[in-house]
Amino acid sequence: MTAPVSVQNATKTFGSFTALDDVSLDIKAGEFIVLLGPSGCGKTTLLSILGGFQSPTKGRVTIAGKDMTSVPPARRPTTTMFQDYALFPHMKLRDNVGFGLRMRGMAKTERDQKALGFLDLVGLKTSADKKPHELSGGQRQRVALARALAVDPDVLLLDEPLGALDLKLRRQMQDELKAIQKRVGTTFVHVTHDQEEAMAIADRIVVMNQGRIEDFGPPADIYMRPRSVFSAGFMGEVNFIPGTVKHRGDASALVHTALGGIDLPLKSFTVGAPSAGLKVTLCIRPEHFRRAGEAEGPVASLGEAKVTGSAFFGTHYRCHLKPSPAPDLSIVAHMPQSADVADGQIVPLAVNLADIVALPGSGS
Amino acid sequence: MRDMLTKVASFAYAGLIYGFIFLPVAVLVLFSFQDGRLPVPPFNGFSLQWYEAVFADRKLMAALANSFVVAIVSSLIACLLGFLAAYALARYKLPGSALQRGLLIAPMTVSYLIIALGLLTVLNAFGIKLSLWTVGIGHVVINLPLCFAIIYSSMGDHHINIERAARDLGANDVQVMALVTAPMLMPSILAAFFLSVTFSWDEFIIAFLLSRFDVTLPVEIWSLLRSGLNPKTNAIGSLVFLVSVAVLAVLELTLFGKTKKS
Repeated sequence: MTAPVSVQNATKTFGSFTALDDVSLDIKAGEFIVLLGPSGCGKTTLLSILGGFQSPTKGRVTIAGKDMTSVPPARRPTTTMFQDYALFPHMKLRDNVGFGLRMRGMAKTERDQKALGFLDLVGLKTSADKKPHELSGGQRQRVALARALAVDPDVLLLDEPLGALDLKLRRQMQDELKAIQKRVGTTFVHVTHDQEEAMAIADRIVVMNQGRIEDFGPPADIYMRPRSVFSAGFMGEVNFIPGTVKHRGDASALVHTALGGIDLPLKSFTVGAPSAGLKVTLCIRPEHFRRAGEAEGPVASLGEAKVTGSAFFGTHYRCHLKPSPAPDLSIVAHMPQSADVADGQIVPLAVNLADIVALPGSGS
Repeated sequence: MRDMLTKVASFAYAGLIYGFIFLPVAVLVLFSFQDGRLPVPPFNGFSLQWYEAVFADRKLMAALANSFVVAIVSSLIACLLGFLAAYALARYKLPGSALQRGLLIAPMTVSYLIIALGLLTVLNAFGIKLSLWTVGIGHVVINLPLCFAIIYSSMGDHHINIERAARDLGANDVQVMALVTAPMLMPSILAAFFLSVTFSWDEFIIAFLLSRFDVTLPVEIWSLLRSGLNPKTNAIGSLVFLVSVAVLAVLELTLFGKTKKS
């Protein structure tokens, strides 16, 4: 089963600390949502409020249109997959997976049958008679998933479930989670601080910081067209170049920066068209720098820059550059793996206009 | 040469230590097989006659059965109460929880004699007649602190999420305790149970002061001893010892052995 989830103006305070600050969020049925942010950003608090382990100081939670704000976890159509798996150590896998069904009064043979089906879903059917301590971390993870899904929840809440796994296994589990979510169609709400994980699995990402939602959208939008400086910086490496809007036209706005004036199309301003005099921060990802002549479409030329350091990363060279017009600025740019990069080299800098995002504020 | 000397010295030391601990028991067991009327040297020869006498003694056998019942029932109650107290203090914020923990453990530091006298006064005041039940109550009083301490110390914070998962899957508080918490803590609950059984099994002062017509084995042995040394008391003493050893062996093999492995 699956259901939409709605959070309206949820605030949670612990004494003088505000963990969640007036958060509103609408999740569609069957979506894979990732709550992303640094530790202490409120993502786990939001998940606990969805699961019923905490109740909001203010605000409302509805699931499938029903008010769930003060319904205890056991009576919510949600189940939680815990970070430390929280499997029952004394039970066989089939009993772990069948526990929720047992609590719902299902007879032994029927729930064993169903538990086996869910163990099969996660590829552990042959281990049904093992106990959790006989399994590896990734396998325990799968059992926890099967146990949470066995009661057919409308919404599955995942609390940093992949945090304890090594990188390779984590990537593999991400693919599996995504595939299983597609198969069962349940709404998944997943918490993580790993932006690569978020991009790998999410239909939509909620970027959170200091108890607020900074950005909400599909991974490509969040990465390419962030709506906050924090979101731009959290999703991956980015260069922030401060500037001021000098003039706003019908289709573009002229921004003055230390690297010269750039006539940006209005759609570069992701939070709305600017007015003249506004301080803005231009966000440019390292991989968006082009050498003059390589770019397609309208290009902003940013003058020349000197290479002050570089390292080979396999897919690209990561270079530190010092722009000639503004030597106190440091820029990180990726150059193609086939390039000849040498320290002290002077390179012309250019960026596709469509790749630049301009956000109000002075950046960090 | 020096190495040799230290080796000999350490072996001698170990021999003395074990001799000091086990020689009395060994002598007790040896003279329970005495072929003669007195359990003192010289050892006249091997005989099972005193064991025969023990098993033929109805009063002794009744006391043995009483001891079993009192040990098991009082230990079950002590474990149940200890578990509930430990669960409450480990999982809920209670007023003065440090004080409450202290109060629960405090009887451990009070001598059995004082506890027995106190209970005797209270039972008198309420007009409750002495019986095996009152002995059982006394044994619950002395074993509850032990059970509480053992079970409480094994209730780790890592169990909290597991209990939370059970609630999330629809279990109520009683189901969480019975199906998740207690089975998870089973090794320490069993350890507490078997230790209480051995303490109750050996306990004399409380059993002596709080019993009347039906008595437990230590009390019966004491009344035998009043009529002088007799290989029969050695035989029953050996049996008591054997039961204690058996309980400890079961404990070691099933519980402590397991926890070492995992």
